[in-house]
Amino acid sequence: MLANILKGAAAAAALAITAAAPARATDLQFYFPVAVGGGAAEVIQSLTDEYMAANPEVKIDAVYAGTYQDTITKVITAARGGNAPQLSVALAVDMFTLIDEGLILPFDDFITSEEDRAWLDSFYPAFMENSQTGGKTYGIPFQRSTPVLYWNKEAFAEAGLDPEAPPATWDEMVEMGKTLTKRDANGNVTQWGVRIPTSGFPYWLFQGLSTQNDVILANADGNKTNFDDPAVVEALEYLVSLSTEHAVMEPGIVEWGATPKAFFEGQAAMMWTTTGNLTNVRANAPFDFGVAMLPANKRRGAPTGGGNFYLFDGSSDEELAAAVDFIKWITGPEQSAKWTMATGYVAPRPATWETDTMKAYAADFPAVLVARDQLEHAVAELSTYENQRITQIFNDALAAAITGTKPADEALAEAQAQADAILAAYR
Amino acid sequence: MRAGHDGLPVAFFVQEDAPMLSRQWIHGWLLLLPALAFIFLFTHIPAITTIWNSFQSTPRGRRPAQFVGLDNYERLIGDPVFWKVLVNNLWFALGTIPVSIALSIAMALFVNRAFAGRSLVRMAYFTPTVLPLIAVANIWLFFYTPGFGLIDQVLGAFGHGQTNLLGSPDTALGAIIVVSIWKEAGFFMIFYLAALQAIPPQLAEAARIEGAGGWTIFRRITFPLMMPTTLFVSINAVINAFRLVDHIFILTGGGPDNASSLLLYYIYETSFRYWDTAYGATLTVVMLALLGLFAIGQFFLFDRKVHYK
Amino acid sequence: MTGFDRILMTTGAVVLALIWVLPLAYAVWTAFHPSEYEARFVLGAPLTLENFVKAWNAAPFARYFLNTFILVTGIVVCQFVLCTLAAYGFARYRFPGRDILFSLVLLQLLVMPDILIVENYRTIGALGLVDTIAAIALPYVASGFGVFLIRQTFMTVPRELDEAARIEGAGPLTILWRVYVPLAKPIYLAYGLVSVSHHWNNFLWPLIVTNSVETRPVTVGLSIFSTTDSGVEWSVINAATLMTSGPLLIAFLLFQRQFVQSFMRAGIK
Repeated sequence: MLANILKGAAAAAALAITAAAPARATDLQFYFPVAVGGGAAEVIQSLTDEYMAANPEVKIDAVYAGTYQDTITKVITAARGGNAPQLSVALAVDMFTLIDEGLILPFDDFITSEEDRAWLDSFYPAFMENSQTGGKTYGIPFQRSTPVLYWNKEAFAEAGLDPEAPPATWDEMVEMGKTLTKRDANGNVTQWGVRIPTSGFPYWLFQGLSTQNDVILANADGNKTNFDDPAVVEALEYLVSLSTEHAVMEPGIVEWGATPKAFFEGQAAMMWTTTGNLTNVRANAPFDFGVAMLPANKRRGAPTGGGNFYLFDGSSDEELAAAVDFIKWITGPEQSAKWTMATGYVAPRPATWETDTMKAYAADFPAVLVARDQLEHAVAELSTYENQRITQIFNDALAAAITGTKPADEALAEAQAQADAILAAYR
Repeated sequence: MRAGHDGLPVAFFVQEDAPMLSRQWIHGWLLLLPALAFIFLFTHIPAITTIWNSFQSTPRGRRPAQFVGLDNYERLIGDPVFWKVLVNNLWFALGTIPVSIALSIAMALFVNRAFAGRSLVRMAYFTPTVLPLIAVANIWLFFYTPGFGLIDQVLGAFGHGQTNLLGSPDTALGAIIVVSIWKEAGFFMIFYLAALQAIPPQLAEAARIEGAGGWTIFRRITFPLMMPTTLFVSINAVINAFRLVDHIFILTGGGPDNASSLLLYYIYETSFRYWDTAYGATLTVVMLALLGLFAIGQFFLFDRKVHYK
Repeated sequence: MTGFDRILMTTGAVVLALIWVLPLAYAVWTAFHPSEYEARFVLGAPLTLENFVKAWNAAPFARYFLNTFILVTGIVVCQFVLCTLAAYGFARYRFPGRDILFSLVLLQLLVMPDILIVENYRTIGALGLVDTIAAIALPYVASGFGVFLIRQTFMTVPRELDEAARIEGAGPLTILWRVYVPLAKPIYLAYGLVSVSHHWNNFLWPLIVTNSVETRPVTVGLSIFSTTDSGVEWSVINAATLMTSGPLLIAFLLFQRQFVQSFMRAGIK
């Protein structure tokens, strides 16, 4: 009773101050996040419009839901309230969380024809690792990225290094870093050799190092981590040594957001960051720069990142089939090429790279091919059940080691123990 | 907080007869009803249900919430991050409250006298109140950025090396505190300015004739007379010490290794990033307990000295 | 005060003011210069409005503006109405439970809805209002601070005015409207300005309850816009910051004298 009165009062107040969103009769609702600058939202909208023009019987309401974080929140909230969208783009690493919440459906149920099966098999395997579990496919790669190494050719030349030869191994990165690190008369650094940002989500770039050291951070079932593996410890010790022992990187936590600017300002001669920065660097770097695969240690390696399409439970089969058809279309070569060129994301299917549009683009800007070529060495981004919490535990351990509050092995052992305590429930 | 109800002139009503009295009652209650309904719905009731929910488990997928007794509290005691953010929050309070109050008094004293450019100076103090913290956090991010950031550019001009204030656990919280002080001092200044202008100038005049210096006048006359403002401002400062977390989102995300995380930020992370609402409720209970302790302390410390009339 | 003291005070005032205005000055610098000058402070740097154009096109700021405007207007109107009624009740009526209810209202000065995000989100969810502008506003429409402030003012209104109106046959609400509200105008201005600036700049709660363009206020819009994976572009972000806080900055420039005086008259001292 009280609840009803309150609800009435609230509704009355709501009436007074809400700008009610216009209710549009739609068959499909599609949430998407935007994590890069530029007009990503407009590109999605125009692609959606194009699809609707070709398929007049389907209406798609494309909803820009904010950041990845906003999108997953909105999806979970809507689904709990019984209004799940039919499809959404969300982080690939949120797959286990969405399964745990009982919200998403595997695509396999809608894969009927031989042609469909071929489509599902046409994505780069590195991207599919984060999209499949238990033999089923829950995610379709869409806005995916991977980190690469950018280097300042002018700084290389100035330091007497070959401007066309980026470091290929960990040791080379240290050696070149030492040559590239410049100090003024007071001994203060004016240019660092290398910059691997470690703020916010340090696990992602660190995963480049751990993969190069030939170790996987979590199993494919998302219920077991290997944080305390000696190879992980070794990789972390290498990262720490860059700013301590070798003094080629700024000490302390290195800010992600300021990294491109630091590169442009000549504060760092090499940087590790996402391929999503290609367009930005191309437009703003006041010097000649190169893009390379991350250096190797025991092997080459890099994580993948970014978002997948998911299919949500709670709609009719016709609606879901229409959603799958839309996803098939928008991941098609021409559409995907448009998306890649507008945003800098890595096109997730080889077919896209075969289009004339992409070929022309790559001919003009060969750096975009580096990310594609690195994919054969790439692995799944760290993803587990209770993913946000597990990655935060891991991030905290990395930060503790980087800032010197704990030795690498101790920090990682503690993180592993905490992760084990949480993941035990999922084994 | 006991406001001076005793000062209310009630004789006016007492002479009314009984039916009038009950009509008074009904009118009084009706006037309060709408405001109280909302205040209860979004403050008092949630404060109580928080406690209830801290004894439940977090519902996940198809597993509904269930009563788990003190499990969440056991976890709290064993959670090193909780203890860290709690200690951080106490340092944050100790760092922000006295400094921002002292600075706001200084600001008020500065602009309480006539000099060329006074209104510009007053405006400068006040701008942080108007700018959204979430947006200016980006500006501070630039100031703090190692190498080409403003602080390093200035220090570099004096031959000082690079700093990494946000990226090192020893200084990250301090950097956050500075931004908070910058944000709130100008707002508090307004209240002190109002208080200063209400102090009769004759008092200071008389003291000066008796040979008192500026500092003595401030310590013996001005400051004591501004006590009610200090109480009001300190309540606000305490609340801000628990509430002001917007800039953490941009500057450090609570890092490195939770060195700059505060209680409310941890509540946000737990409840809306990890979706662990039961543990979020447990953390909120701690927050409520801290505020309760403060209310009790404040009651005993200030109540006899300060009266709202 | 000696001449030396005077100079010392003025110097202190100006130095502090320069430090305080530095972030705003930096915002203005970057917003009007090309991005190469974000970290270079050269006098001859070329001026540009490009950053404003970029910022305006990069996010639906017009919509965010409208949302914030609706939100802030809604909150302030509701606060004025609800707090005035309650303040009148507390100031001029005598009824059982008044003191305890007043203490409960004052408790909200300490336990603000800002910290009860977990439970309030649950309540908003139960009301089916997640992702509406109303959801951002509801926890704040009745404010303990407002009730307290207005009650303090109402208590200074002379009884004689009240009585005169009563003899003329005016009812309680008429008296409130004709006698009390006009006398409290300065406090409404002061409280209104505080409330507007607070809710214009509020971030955490709107971040939690909104997740679409139609409901997001400018602060949340700004944060989304500035946290991209591709790094911070200070020139564009600062242009957006100036754009979104421009109206407030101007309002305070115009009202700063009244604002300070309102607080003095309101007896908050």
